[in-house]
Amino acid sequence: MNHWLVVPVVLPAFAGPLIVLAMRHDLVLQRVFSTAATAAQLLLALWLLLQSMGGEIQVYRLGNWAAPFGIVLMLDRLAALMLVLAGLLGLVIQLYAIGSGWDRRGRHFHSLWQFQLMGINGAFLTGDAFNLFVLFEILLIASYGLMIHAGGELRLRAGVQYVVYNLLGSSLFLAALGTLYAVTGTLNMADMAAKVAMLPAQDTALLRVGAVLLMLVFAVKAALVPLHFWLPATYARAPGPVAALFAIMTKVGIYGIIRFFTLVFPSDDALMRFAADILLPAALVTLIVGQLGVLGARHMGRMTAFAAVGSVGTVMIAVAQFQPAGLAAGIWYLVHSTLATAALFLAVDLIGTRRQGGSLWLRPAPPIVQAGIVAAIYFAAAIAMAGLPPLSGFLGKLAVLQSVRGTDMTALIWAVILITSIFGIVGLTRAGSMVFWRAHESGATPAPHAPDEPQPDEAGFPSAALALTSVGALIAAMAVLTVLAGPMMRFAQDTAAQLSDPQRYIEAVLERQEGVK
Amino acid sequence: MEFLIASAIGSLTAAGVYLALRKRSFAVVLGMTLLTYATNLFLFTTGRLVIDQPPVLRDGVTAYTDPLPQALVLTAIVISFGMTAVVVVMALGSFIEGGDDHIDLPRRDREGPGA
Repeated sequence: MNHWLVVPVVLPAFAGPLIVLAMRHDLVLQRVFSTAATAAQLLLALWLLLQSMGGEIQVYRLGNWAAPFGIVLMLDRLAALMLVLAGLLGLVIQLYAIGSGWDRRGRHFHSLWQFQLMGINGAFLTGDAFNLFVLFEILLIASYGLMIHAGGELRLRAGVQYVVYNLLGSSLFLAALGTLYAVTGTLNMADMAAKVAMLPAQDTALLRVGAVLLMLVFAVKAALVPLHFWLPATYARAPGPVAALFAIMTKVGIYGIIRFFTLVFPSDDALMRFAADILLPAALVTLIVGQLGVLGARHMGRMTAFAAVGSVGTVMIAVAQFQPAGLAAGIWYLVHSTLATAALFLAVDLIGTRRQGGSLWLRPAPPIVQAGIVAAIYFAAAIAMAGLPPLSGFLGKLAVLQSVRGTDMTALIWAVILITSIFGIVGLTRAGSMVFWRAHESGATPAPHAPDEPQPDEAGFPSAALALTSVGALIAAMAVLTVLAGPMMRFAQDTAAQLSDPQRYIEAVLERQEGVK
Repeated sequence: MEFLIASAIGSLTAAGVYLALRKRSFAVVLGMTLLTYATNLFLFTTGRLVIDQPPVLRDGVTAYTDPLPQALVLTAIVISFGMTAVVVVMALGSFIEGGDDHIDLPRRDREGPGA
């Protein structure tokens, strides 16, 4: 058994409490320790990704208990890829939070950050349905703390909505798991898959109810229309770096749908057709609503939040095919859109911290300091978000378009993706010209310091250079994704092929159990 | 027995949904609590309803009650208790900062300052 599999969960689980217990009064120590912990998680995730490339599915049995009884962790290509994505976002955005001084505007930022990463990493690794629920709760409770970091009336109000919506989602999650347990008598995902395949026909009605409930839960997390209402206010009101990290939280919902509908339910053909019939229209409407939101938003945070909704729609269009080609395109676009959303949130935050009063409203305001470099970063992030060359978005959209060719919905899907892309481009362009060009109409000169920007502390932070560099790192990651498009696409195809063969998961978890209790 | 449990879950859910759709945070928090009660009861029944039976771990026992849902309910109760505490504190925070306990965001969230 490879004990490194559990470290992405255990490491932040120790780092978080240690930071809050031992270093609560020393911000510099917190920053060093927390950044080191996140960097270690990224390196570990990269190493696990290398291991997963061979195609072997690794299983870690907690406490060495035999499989359907104990909790298992599973590492396949998809889980490893998502771990790397979480680690990369975690590290880069944490550096941005340090550089921009966001982490000093409230308490316990770094501790919550570690708990957040613990929940995200665990959700990607676990092979047990109830354990997935518990890790979702860890991820959510940390996100509640991060969401209202630094306080403020509107942020708290948006936070209450976010918590209430997600508590309702959690109740639904439990009801779904209860239904599935009542039908299959197990909570281990591989065992559940084996039981679903052997289910007598008269029991499938209850199973399908459970499966659709579960799909609704993941759709809430992924913010698929019509369950997206929590997202715009939450993301627009969250602190910039936190909203950027939340870019991966919607992807956790997509991951849940991919995992359950490729591993547990694929043996039930009627259910899979039903899921595809619901998910595809929902994804198309999500894309339309998201891109129209970009066009109609009057607040840059809200605009980026709607862009995130739109990107979820694009990913789901590809995933809802439940075919290897669609899954590969979806996985590619998922990686790209996570990076693009995070970069755009950070670019918008760069603007917000430089404008008077931290205002993100799309209204004429005096020019900002460092307008040139910030405009360049916003331009790059907006290009990535809109899916224009040369960054990886256009390859992703191309792959999605390619993957739906030959279905009877091709014309509709192509029309929706291509037309809404124009809405997105126009919306992002209008925001950029309002912030960077119309600023000069007023004739005012840039204020040297935005009033609410924290003054540098004794350690020399906040550092604009560090903040700008970390956004640049995200954009560079997307450039790398474009340059290495060939190997990356092959990896996405291998991942999709592995997902399309659930029998190997079931064997890896339930057989080969020598030396367990 | 089945009717009793089923109607309890049903009425708790109905009351919970009604309260969760109210526009003041106190009613919403109450509604969440009722909904989690309903969910916990529902989880409890997923191991099937039996009376006066031992849990599974004993020799020579043929009829038993499923212990796993009880463990799940325990976990769910602990989590929902913690979450309720969080939402109460956040609702209180937004009441103190904002001066009222409306769940909806005020107009200036959509239209900006000065609207």
